[in-house]
Amino acid sequence: MSSRRVIVYWVSFAAIVALLAVAPLVLPEFWRRFLTEILIWGLLAMSSDILIGYTGMVSFGHSAFFGLGMYGAAAALLTTNPPNLWAALLYGLLMAAGVAAFVAYFSTRLRDIYFAITTLIFSQIFYVIIFTSTAWTGGENGVNFRRPALAIAHLFSIRFTPAVLHWFVLAIAVLSYLLLRRITQSPFGMVLQSIRENEARTRAVGYPVERYKIVAVMLSGIFAGLAGVLYALQNQFAAPDFVFFVVSGEVVIYNVVGGIGTLVGPVVGAAFFLLLRELFSRFFTEFYLIPLGMIFIAIVIFMPRGLLGFARRWLNG
Amino acid sequence: MGIPLDQVLIQTINGVVTGMILALVASGLTLIFGIMDVVNFAHGELFMLGAYVGVLTLAATGNFWVALIAATVVIAVLGAIIYLTTLRPLIGRDPLTTILATFGVSLVLQNYALWQFGPVAQKIQEPITASFTLFYLDYPYYRLAIAVLAGVIMGGLWLFLKYGTYGIWIRATTQDRVMAQAMGIPVPWVLTAVFAIGSGMAAASGVLFGPMVGVNSQMGTSWVLRAFIVVVVGGMGSLGGSMAAAIFISMLEAYASIWVSPAQAVIVSFVVLILTLLFRPTGLFVPTPK
Repeated sequence: MSSRRVIVYWVSFAAIVALLAVAPLVLPEFWRRFLTEILIWGLLAMSSDILIGYTGMVSFGHSAFFGLGMYGAAAALLTTNPPNLWAALLYGLLMAAGVAAFVAYFSTRLRDIYFAITTLIFSQIFYVIIFTSTAWTGGENGVNFRRPALAIAHLFSIRFTPAVLHWFVLAIAVLSYLLLRRITQSPFGMVLQSIRENEARTRAVGYPVERYKIVAVMLSGIFAGLAGVLYALQNQFAAPDFVFFVVSGEVVIYNVVGGIGTLVGPVVGAAFFLLLRELFSRFFTEFYLIPLGMIFIAIVIFMPRGLLGFARRWLNG
Repeated sequence: MGIPLDQVLIQTINGVVTGMILALVASGLTLIFGIMDVVNFAHGELFMLGAYVGVLTLAATGNFWVALIAATVVIAVLGAIIYLTTLRPLIGRDPLTTILATFGVSLVLQNYALWQFGPVAQKIQEPITASFTLFYLDYPYYRLAIAVLAGVIMGGLWLFLKYGTYGIWIRATTQDRVMAQAMGIPVPWVLTAVFAIGSGMAAASGVLFGPMVGVNSQMGTSWVLRAFIVVVVGGMGSLGGSMAAAIFISMLEAYASIWVSPAQAVIVSFVVLILTLLFRPTGLFVPTPK
């Protein structure tokens, strides 16, 4: 990528981050919260893009990683007193990583459609487990917990006001984006992309494809768990609905709508989809999924590269 | 703890009955997958809409068998329309895009049903109300009739594929799409017909199953998931494998529900799936590939 394009890329990146950072100061409460949610769902969709866009594996099981991150955070916040933010992050990420390791070990033996179905069924296993272990998880009712303070040891401690929470989510989302972008450009990321392009040849060249796939699923799962922790912080609530496979389906929708293999695309897809949902739910009440589903089908058929597909090379440059 | 023999017998019968319905759902799914590489996420919604068409026709005509046939035909036509509008443009693209498109279709259909028929479950009156005494239970004859009917439908499908002219067209298309086209078989229409047949089978199973539980807009979801498990365990695209796997898994779940709640018994089928993937990823009930 030429140096001028590098400058354009980073300037627009900085401008967008700055806009997102100023937003909570000017937006009314409803839209501030909406924006925070877009960032969280965007992070979840971005984590899934590592598999869908870069490794060529469509995961229909991201709700499991997301949900377990959420329940991990819940466990930490309920057992520590006062509730500790870093324990919530640690527990959530550990839970998501554990589940991701388990799912990865089995599901990476299969590819294409079989991988998609297997991850879907794995996420349902965790759904059933969470749904039926009412003693630990509250079953259908979920669990409520308190929001921790943003504190570093004894150095400082501030309450999570809506704006602080937004900045915290924004910071984590931006750092995750930079990290994931770096990973996709690293030699490891290149191997993932060569698996997507031609798996047999990648294996023939001598890369242990299965091991790369397992690491890719775990990496993706950990970032999905991170999104789960953030969502738990935002809503102070964990429920089995978030582990249900429909959430995974929506994550795939965000990816496809926004444009896979771009990392930013899924975030744009999430924003586009959530905005449309907000708009339609005012006209169609709870049946907003009918027009949304139709728009999604139209995008699958007529815009296979998604909204940001045209900028794919530029974004990865 | 002794094994309660009466319960084992009751659960065996229950397992076979649900297994036959599951086999009917899964064979439609596997037919569609095996022949056109389409993973039909909307299959459960076709099952559910079939049950609703059954409810409506039953209310209008009062005859269960008319309702069964009407639902099958209406949903088969709907299936053909879905195929022509959303799946045909995707021919030649990655099979994964069909998952996405049919997922969108399932969202639309499920919410359409919720919109049209409301959240309250509706009842289909069973055509056979008699029952017989099985140990301490009044076991309805209708459940046995379901198993027999599902068997008849699948047997009919098998005979059709084996001996019918159009059945031979379908098998030829499965084996080699290009060669079938070269031999003058209208492949695009065969594919449309296969999708319609699969949809019709889903609708028939929805109507048959309707009397056992209420009909509501969510009922397809759990079935499509179990049907996916069956299709993978039985071997993707293998019709006989799907049927065997459906009965096998349903019986295991039925036995498990002697000891744990039915909600947890589902985990048994998940475990079967994991073991299958570990030791025989091509499926339990198909010959070992060379």
